Amino acid sequence: MDLQTLWFGAVALLWTGFLLLEGFDFGVAALLPVLGRRPAERHLMLRTIGPLWDGNEVWLITAVGAVFAAFPGWYATWLPALYLPFVLVLFGLIVRAVAFEWRHSHHTEAWDTTWTRVIAAGSLIAAAGIGAALGATTLGLPIGAEGDRVGGAFSGLGWSALLGAVAVLAFSVVHGAVFLSLKTDGPLRAAARRFALRWSPVAALPLLAWAGLVHLRYGTPVTGVLWLVAALAVLVAWARLRVGREGQAFAAWGAMLAAAAATLFGAAYPVVVPSTIDPAFDVTVADASVSDYTLTVMTWAAGIGLPVVLGYQAWTYWVFRKRLTAEPQHGEPAGAHA
Amino acid sequence: MDVLDVARWQFGITTVYHFLMVPLTIGLGVLVAVMHTLWVRTGKPEWLRMTRFWGRIYLINFVLGVATGLVQEFQFGLAWSEYSRFVGDVFGSLLALEALLAFFLESTFLGLWIFGWGRIPKKLHLAALWAAVIGSIVSAYFIIAANSWMQHPVGVEVDDTTGRPVQVDFLAVLTNNTALAAFSHAIVAALMVAGALLVGIGLWHLRRRKLAGQPTTDVDHTVWRRSVRLGGWVSLAAFVLVALTGDWQGKLMYAQQPLKMSSAEALCETEAPAPFSVFAWSKLGSNECDDVRSITIPGLVSFLAHGDFSSAVPGVNELQEEYAAVYGETYPDDPSRFGALAGEEIDYTPLLAVSYWSFRLMIGMGAVSAGVAAYALWATRKGRVPTSRIGVHGSLLAVAAPFVANATGWIFTEMGRQPFVVYPNPDVPVGEQTYFFTAQAVSPGVSAAEVWTSLSLLTLVYGALAVVELWLITRFVRRGVTTGDGAPTPGTPPEGTPESRRDADDDVLSFAY
Ligand code: HDD
Ligand code: HEM
Ligand code: HEM
Repeated sequence: MDLQTLWFGAVALLWTGFLLLEGFDFGVAALLPVLGRRPAERHLMLRTIGPLWDGNEVWLITAVGAVFAAFPGWYATWLPALYLPFVLVLFGLIVRAVAFEWRHSHHTEAWDTTWTRVIAAGSLIAAAGIGAALGATTLGLPIGAEGDRVGGAFSGLGWSALLGAVAVLAFSVVHGAVFLSLKTDGPLRAAARRFALRWSPVAALPLLAWAGLVHLRYGTPVTGVLWLVAALAVLVAWARLRVGREGQAFAAWGAMLAAAAATLFGAAYPVVVPSTIDPAFDVTVADASVSDYTLTVMTWAAGIGLPVVLGYQAWTYWVFRKRLTAEPQHGEPAGAHA
Repeated sequence: MDVLDVARWQFGITTVYHFLMVPLTIGLGVLVAVMHTLWVRTGKPEWLRMTRFWGRIYLINFVLGVATGLVQEFQFGLAWSEYSRFVGDVFGSLLALEALLAFFLESTFLGLWIFGWGRIPKKLHLAALWAAVIGSIVSAYFIIAANSWMQHPVGVEVDDTTGRPVQVDFLAVLTNNTALAAFSHAIVAALMVAGALLVGIGLWHLRRRKLAGQPTTDVDHTVWRRSVRLGGWVSLAAFVLVALTGDWQGKLMYAQQPLKMSSAEALCETEAPAPFSVFAWSKLGSNECDDVRSITIPGLVSFLAHGDFSSAVPGVNELQEEYAAVYGETYPDDPSRFGALAGEEIDYTPLLAVSYWSFRLMIGMGAVSAGVAAYALWATRKGRVPTSRIGVHGSLLAVAAPFVANATGWIFTEMGRQPFVVYPNPDVPVGEQTYFFTAQAVSPGVSAAEVWTSLSLLTLVYGALAVVELWLITRFVRRGVTTGDGAPTPGTPPEGTPESRRDADDDVLSFAY
């Protein structure tokens, strides 16, 4: 395998890892208004992702950084073409990050409500924005001969962006619910499981539709098989949820995303940004890549660095593996409704 | 304004804002890790309280650093795509390595530190903090290596067909002398920020407690006293190092970007020996060098540049001509690549007023900070507690000084390299050099309206964040230290009961949610 393919694989892997990991913290955050009716529940929900969300977000930074590092041509075509969606993502991520921190820095009813809403809204916006960007890209952007967007600010944004946005959102919300059922105990665990059971079949549809479309348009037999795996994984996840095997359900739901993402990234390969104007303007791995020397340097660095990172991140997940339960808070009698 | 101007404002605003958090994260991170280490080694309660109090401020600040850093990662692509294409072979890998080798370390281990209190063994818990702090320093190294490569591109050759730099020596990029100097300078400058914070807040609490007649023998008193002493010594030492590393940078700058230093000195004509200007007036803003009059110290600039008091230092007028002869009188007449500047004359002299005053503000504010540190050490000698309103409130106000110095340092560095975004390296023969004008760096497909949208959105959000953040930090600082087990500090009057109990409870989780 040549280095460009290897790095394309690494980029796809980083994006998938990001969607898998940040997906559940987006989901938990988005579910705050739904499952977190009492302050104690919200507190509990936030504690499940508290130690993890920042580390998860670094997957996005690394994914974007890896695109820039290995395929500057991809980075330079992609980000400006989707300027507004990416700015929206940044906006969502900024307000959400500070809201996590600020929510607990002051205690009044209004303060708590405000920042809980901001966390939920910021996560929704960020997830939708990333979905929109990926959706629009995988189904083609109006890219001209020089690799720049043709047309105005919205020329890349149509139904494909909408589909991607809904797909990532729906995936994340159910992913968050399954995660909660896995990480908590008590009434919240039951509620989260009920939610996931009810919504998972519906929530998988947009993602499967999107991956299916990309496969039909650009795919190969391999991506067809991957799509089938994704569809099967939904059934497995649902069945495992029904019998209360939350860990297995979480793995299956994650496998669905991984298989769908492999379809999305793999279908058009070696094209990374298909052009809707003329296939001759497609940005390919070869056009976009850095020199072999730089790729070699990066391969060494990542070959040593990435396993270490994976090791210690997995270890922190292990340290925080215990299920959490709501403990009654001071100033609030146990079981009181807010 | 065309896209270029808006994009420049956006980059400047977001980067300077990001760099308000960055030095505090780096500097305070190191100091909190030292406090935590001292607690683990000695078991003394004051070190625990210091760790918790300063650690909390560190965290509040850290989150804003993360939030604003995210924008940085995207904006090279969003608004500066031609730049990204041009420098891709070198620049992207440094950003990616920063994320891989530093950001994961920071975020993962900080999460472990925050939530690990009482859950993991003490020494492991301490190691987690050190890992995060080392992550911050590594991150600073990679990003400054990236920035320094723009200031002084090394380790590349120009590709004949694309005209873009191709990396041939990664080690040369990592050991770029510009990067080593700038990195050391920025790290010690970060320590000045943390030192000033400890001094300002510590003195304020000491004075308040004394005026309120509180004892000088309890743990809280020790906490504030130690903070002032530690902060004061760190500030003073860091100032010495800042001056030494700055001198190193000055020498490199003379060799690499002579126009930057001559502009900073408003030195129009070549002079031997060249004087250092202390204060300048007249039409500095006109960017016409000859309009400037200033009060000078003879020979000092010769010293900054060459280490003696007599050598000649080239002036702005001469350098402008030299650059025009080599890199062209006008921008190529190609509006698709040079926008509004296509065909215009190239001004190789950065804005004189900005270079001149940002350089002086950086040094001046650093000196103010060092002066305050010296005052604080003197005023707290042998157990004394200062009650001077001016001295103490002035020290609190002076917490801002090193922040200003850091910001103006970057403004000087970055605006001083105009009109280039990648500055030609003079050690490379003309014709084989890599360089790139800022005018050709913006994204061609992006409209001014889009950049305006993001600029206004980000500026509004950043403004709002600053207000809430300052309010929260002030509130937290006024409340003072609480004991490690979450009970309010003895001596601080309890406020409204249920709420303060929740606040106190929150301190146990102080670091949780
Ligand atoms: C001298 C140091 C320095 C400089 C010049 C910059 N940064 Fe920074 N950055 C840091 C030092 C740092 C840090 C100390 O590591 C931060 C600050 C607070 C924090 O959380 O980490 C950080 C955070 C931070 C983050 C969030 C990391 C996370 O989620 O943990 C990103 C993506 C960037 N930065 C990217 C950039 C880029 C692209 C810059 C160039 C324009 C930049 N930073 C300038
Ligand atoms: C290492 C981190 C960096 C820091 C701390 C930094 C800091 C700054 C500062 C302080 C300014 C001046 C703001 C103003 O007054 O407008 C600036 C401007 C600018 N920087 Fe950087 N910079 C960094 C890296 C970069 C990089 C990597 C680029 C690559 C594109 C870049 C491009 C620019 C541009 C285009 C401007 C606008 C020029 C101007 O306004 O004069 N900077 N930066
Ligand atoms: C005391 C004498 C000082 C000298 C001689 C000095 C010198 C310099 C020089 C020459 C540069 C420009 C480097 C370049 O453009 O390549 C610079 C940049 C900078 N300075 Fe200073 N400086 C001093 C004090 C300070 C202080 C007190 C601070 C902050 C507390 C500070 C913070 C910075 C920062 C953040 C930069 C930009 C980043 C970098 O290039 O390192 N400096 N300084």
